[in-house]
Amino acid sequence: MLKKRFYVKIDELKSKNLLLKGIEFSAGRIVEKALVEEMGPTPFPSVTDLREWDFKLLKKYKPLYLPFCDLCCLCTFGKCDLSQGKRGACGLDMSAQQSRIVLLACCIGAATHLAHARHLVDHLIENFGGDHKIDVGGLNVELEAPVTCLVCGIIPQKLEDLEEALDYCEREVTQLLSATHTGQEGNNLDFESKVFHAGMIDQVAMEVTDIAQISSYGFPKADPEAPLIDIGVGVVDATKPVIMVVGHNVPSAISIVDYLQDNGLQDSVEVTGLCCTAQDMSRYNPRAKIVGPISWQLRYIRSGVPDVIVVDEQCIRADSLNEAKKIKAPLIASSSKNCLGLPDRTMDNVDDIVSDLVSGKSPGVLILNHEKVGEIAVKTAIKVAPKRKKFKIMPSIKRIVEDATKCKRCYECVRACPNTLPLVEALAEAAKGDLSKLSDLYDKCVGCARCESACPQRFPLHSFIVKAAEKKMKGERFKVRAGRGAIQDVEIRNVGGPIVLGEIPGVVAFVGCANYPESGRDVAEMAIEFAKRRYIVLTSGCAAMSVAMYKDEEGKSPYEIFSGEFNAGGIVNVGSCVANSHIAGAAIKIASIFAKRRLAGNYEEIADYIHNRVGAVGVAWGAMSQKAAAIASGFWRLGIPVIVGPHGLKYRRMLLGRKDCEEDWKVYDARTGELVYGGPAPEHLFCAAETKEETMVMIAKLCMRPNDTAKGRAIKLTHYIDLYKRLYGIMPDDIHLFVRTLADVPITMRDDVVKILDEKGWKENIIPDPTLLLRMVKRREEAKLE
Amino acid sequence: MNRPEPWQTAETPGPEKALVITKPEIVAALLKRAKHPIMIVGHGILGCNLGKEEMIDYVIRLARLSGVTVAATSHIVKEFVEKGFQPAVSISAIEITDRLRDPSWKGFDGNRQYDLAIFLGFPYYMEWLILSGLKNFSPDLKTVSLDKFYQPNASWSFPNISTEEWINNLNAIEKEFRNG
Repeated sequence: MLKKRFYVKIDELKSKNLLLKGIEFSAGRIVEKALVEEMGPTPFPSVTDLREWDFKLLKKYKPLYLPFCDLCCLCTFGKCDLSQGKRGACGLDMSAQQSRIVLLACCIGAATHLAHARHLVDHLIENFGGDHKIDVGGLNVELEAPVTCLVCGIIPQKLEDLEEALDYCEREVTQLLSATHTGQEGNNLDFESKVFHAGMIDQVAMEVTDIAQISSYGFPKADPEAPLIDIGVGVVDATKPVIMVVGHNVPSAISIVDYLQDNGLQDSVEVTGLCCTAQDMSRYNPRAKIVGPISWQLRYIRSGVPDVIVVDEQCIRADSLNEAKKIKAPLIASSSKNCLGLPDRTMDNVDDIVSDLVSGKSPGVLILNHEKVGEIAVKTAIKVAPKRKKFKIMPSIKRIVEDATKCKRCYECVRACPNTLPLVEALAEAAKGDLSKLSDLYDKCVGCARCESACPQRFPLHSFIVKAAEKKMKGERFKVRAGRGAIQDVEIRNVGGPIVLGEIPGVVAFVGCANYPESGRDVAEMAIEFAKRRYIVLTSGCAAMSVAMYKDEEGKSPYEIFSGEFNAGGIVNVGSCVANSHIAGAAIKIASIFAKRRLAGNYEEIADYIHNRVGAVGVAWGAMSQKAAAIASGFWRLGIPVIVGPHGLKYRRMLLGRKDCEEDWKVYDARTGELVYGGPAPEHLFCAAETKEETMVMIAKLCMRPNDTAKGRAIKLTHYIDLYKRLYGIMPDDIHLFVRTLADVPITMRDDVVKILDEKGWKENIIPDPTLLLRMVKRREEAKLE
Repeated sequence: MNRPEPWQTAETPGPEKALVITKPEIVAALLKRAKHPIMIVGHGILGCNLGKEEMIDYVIRLARLSGVTVAATSHIVKEFVEKGFQPAVSISAIEITDRLRDPSWKGFDGNRQYDLAIFLGFPYYMEWLILSGLKNFSPDLKTVSLDKFYQPNASWSFPNISTEEWINNLNAIEKEFRNG
């Protein structure tokens, strides 16, 4: 990090319409801030600056707590039993405790993205210089950092400008984390407001990370035609030395690619990756190959294909060193956050390190220098590959059958499996020589290997599944579009109107991890369904990979079938987890570029606009991590609903609306100032769905907004009713709540809908100019305010 | 496997744990005694075979015999309707949980909050959490898990039992209603 030993700051020079923000002199460099538009009321908001906005949302969407544990064990007073109305020794009740845990999770998530951002920005400034220009889309993107501008009120133009945003984020996360200490915050709704704050900070951190790496590494710059990348175990050329990278922070992976390129070795060594490092590596070099999402880690390692494993940070299995040892593949840890107990060899001679790794003297090393990682990984892979000969620990079919006959049917494996997969039944068939049932589990297995830990006979059950499905795994060959990053301003201008008016029925983002209740195929099927329905479909992270791992009858993956343009019917991979910020950024840009709302430091107004007008919904079908929780909470504060799969209930808290409570759905009509019924749109802010079918129905419903025009609402209702009828077999019973005027009724469903309206005693309503903010009422003095 | 411990090994409950249904007649008695019961049926009953019949057929029969209100979650409503049974409502599991923790809610019939909720057909961990929410925030509601795995956060639950025992228990509950 650049140290500022000398620092003078002139905060602002204000004229009638313009604000010249900050001239700073620091340690020999001059930071000139951009001339920005008039500043909104909350630049760099403190923990409580947006509390009032949060409470407006929390009044509509009340927390439903689902305690994962009845106890609190965070201090030495405890354990305290908080169940059924009891309070702990510190006075905290169950609601506050649950929201406190949610805040802890979101602080962990935000801190993780933030630490990633800080590391990357420091690294890039060191390599490219602090005055390296931020450029995420050339002439196509004028507003490079919409989230940062909205939250912080600054327009970063150079890498070093990002430091101010990071300084702010670090201060805020510390404040938030401190609130979880015993004897601090005691109210659940205030905890929830802080959760939203953590989410907002998280989005800034993610945006800083992604715009820094796009600008510096030459990733696709808002390119709808970003290259198609090979994905799947089957795309790896195992005849070559293979390097596997896994994690989220890409500099080490890039140093590998660079070293190969610089030394003419790019055709001699395969570079393969999992999780977000793989996403970002493929944005850097389209020849890099993606193996799959996070849940592919064990199966890929155990296949013996990787000769060297390079781990950076986040979502890496804690037992990766043990697994690497099993296949005799050296491991290189490259992040201070994940040292794995390995000796720090950063300062040692490269050839000595390579020699120790190849000979097996050192099973792994910690190297905290990215350039060195590249050289060591390549040299080691080339030398160790002929020695290892792709040594794998996959059991033979014979062994599986033999072990299966010894299974005592204790069911410990099934009881340990997150999805209660029928392992015992599959083993019973395997004992008869039929491995098809084991193979069937492959698609549903999340790759956690808890079954193996639980088995009293220590059978390598995960490997049994993978071996049984070996042919299937080796046949995984798909295409994913490289993460394109930001959405172009011109795309926003083109679709802003149709989205806000409701004529594009919605923007659906499939994001997050791969802790699926059934299989990743569900995500692909949902993405395809909504792309066909002419929604704008966005993807990121592991979910983007799951969408790719699907083929139609012609053998094409969804990214080959659908356009990468941010437009109706597109499937748009924005990139790795940190690229989720572009999804928020697109919603913000609709308010800023299309609707011309003031942006800088104007969070509440922009969020109010998005919440009431932009029919966007996030789906994290396999959400697993604390980062996913933080990402979701960033969307909540913008008023964008998020759906998670059933495992998402383990986040302990939903934010649910009550469509049967009319009073909860009042909005100001900005034209008159009257409080009017805006309808339950969106109905929830955070909910878990039981099945893929329920999710699809929920997506269609949660895309409705009070601002929809009659034409737009009719289109949205058409999709909602059509999906409901197809999947549920009946008409939805809440149509009357979403029909404001008869013009809202889909013309092709008119008779059926009108019949329901009559039965429900429906009355015509107005279509408001909706806002939750009194200050947005246009003529307050004339308005009939309640 | 007949032991009152959670089916998923790590889902250890808090101090308050479900009473074990040692005799199926207990369920029938709870249902008969309840003033306003509801049965919440998840998608897991699809494809669930009870030997001679599908689980859904049993649920329909029990609902008709007992008169309990049926809330069908996710897409299970389609199967009910195709079998000629109209549940009282199609609603998501999370939404019905949210309603059940509200003491002022009057139920789907507009009369009063439910006093007994019977759950079946959900992923184990999902039901575990839903029941935990209700245990902690719906003090006046009794909950029963009719699945074959011990759900510690219910008021009443079967222990972990074999499919055969489960079928026998379910049949015994039905018999209680047939006998009046």
